[in-house]
Amino acid sequence: MHVEVDPPKCVTSGQCVMIAPEVFDQDDEGIVRLLDAEPAPELREAVTEAAAICPAAVIRLVHE
Amino acid sequence: MTEAAERGRSATADDLPAWPMMKPAGCPFDPPQALRALHAGRPISRVRLWDGSDPWLVTRYDDVRALLGDPRVSASSLNPGFPHTDAGFKERFRRSLTFLNMDAPEHGRIRRMVTPPFAVKRVEAMRPNIQKLTDQLIEDMLAGPKPADLIQELALPLPSLVISELLGVPYEDHEFFQDTNGILVNRNSSPEEVARGVDALRTFLENLIDQKLASPGSDMLTELAHQRVAAGELTRREAADLGLLLLTAGHETTANMIGLGTLLLLEHPDQLAVMRDSEDPRVAADAVEELLRYLTIPHLGRRRVAASDIEIGGELIHAGEGIILAADVANREAEVFTDPDRLDVRRDARRHVAFGYGVHQCLGQPLARVELQVVWGTLFRRVPTLALATTVDRVPFKHDALIYGIYELPVTW
Repeated sequence: MHVEVDPPKCVTSGQCVMIAPEVFDQDDEGIVRLLDAEPAPELREAVTEAAAICPAAVIRLVHE
Repeated sequence: MTEAAERGRSATADDLPAWPMMKPAGCPFDPPQALRALHAGRPISRVRLWDGSDPWLVTRYDDVRALLGDPRVSASSLNPGFPHTDAGFKERFRRSLTFLNMDAPEHGRIRRMVTPPFAVKRVEAMRPNIQKLTDQLIEDMLAGPKPADLIQELALPLPSLVISELLGVPYEDHEFFQDTNGILVNRNSSPEEVARGVDALRTFLENLIDQKLASPGSDMLTELAHQRVAAGELTRREAADLGLLLLTAGHETTANMIGLGTLLLLEHPDQLAVMRDSEDPRVAADAVEELLRYLTIPHLGRRRVAASDIEIGGELIHAGEGIILAADVANREAEVFTDPDRLDVRRDARRHVAFGYGVHQCLGQPLARVELQVVWGTLFRRVPTLALATTVDRVPFKHDALIYGIYELPVTW
């Protein structure tokens, strides 16, 4: 599982951080920071949920 | 019937239903019956507003999310097709323009000036202080007479204290800004009353900004004054309008959730017990999401206007036409939330659209979540015998306000 984010589109809702804190963080301005672009398989559900909930469609999952 | 509802009635000279729709007296926690009927039978249709205009009303969850996330959908209230639900609100958004009613790129540029304090980690760092404030307010209530008005004792003061501190607004002025905001959110306020209210609040905030320029504190208004106004990125007036938006949105919404949610939980003692009997923070977190979903307090719909033609659900929305997104009924969709009309604080309600969707999704949501988790995580444990000191049918609900809630909630213990 490969995760990508598009920070310029981020609106700092913070939900990705709440759902998958191992994968997503926020910088000093609250903009998304990807902690792990290749998260472990057991995080797939959480990352999928974060991507679905993100209000600005910033998170993209690439299934290889 | 309120004057506004009468206006709504008479505006329907044809068969378009009037908007907004009122919740019936017996079901104060549910979307209006007529709205649910549209959701079931005509999910995209037109409604009639106070000024005779006929914007689209969108009710299905997928359509609400799709349109709120669609770049062809504009939030600009300056557009003539923008569906203002009342004359007073039209005046409010004409007089005080903020990023709430802007599109990209201005929206993002200005929103980002105020987002840093709402980052999850920073709001989490506020939790101990929010807990202390909550504890103190509850102790003060318990030391006072019974019955007590939960709105005055806890629901209003907690978020007001928190946002005042964050912004750098003196809490001593809370009656002024709470009362003035009350005028701004009431559907029956005339444009003149709203204009006076906006001007009063703006002047108040402009004076504060001047004070912060002279003697800085460690708050958001100071930051806006020194980093944006002094740098020429924002005018003094724009900064004051931003402060106005955050101050009003920052207390009114959460106060309404606290009042309404507490009453709802008192009416569902089995659900209240789940919250009271668990110290697991995830239980409180899940419960807050469910209460947000179930109540969806912005009950007049999200308001937008099409910037170009949009095909959706078999209809064609033309450029320039108004669109109202009814998040409350979308949050009660069975295909998304099983048995949606059942309050279930253990369900996973995270996909709700109570905070909206798209780039305008509520900026204060992390703070709202922490405040609500703390209040409900504390109240029922500290006051296990909390009870309604009246009957539900006597509780005055804010049917006529921009954001749904309760005016007065008499409780005892």
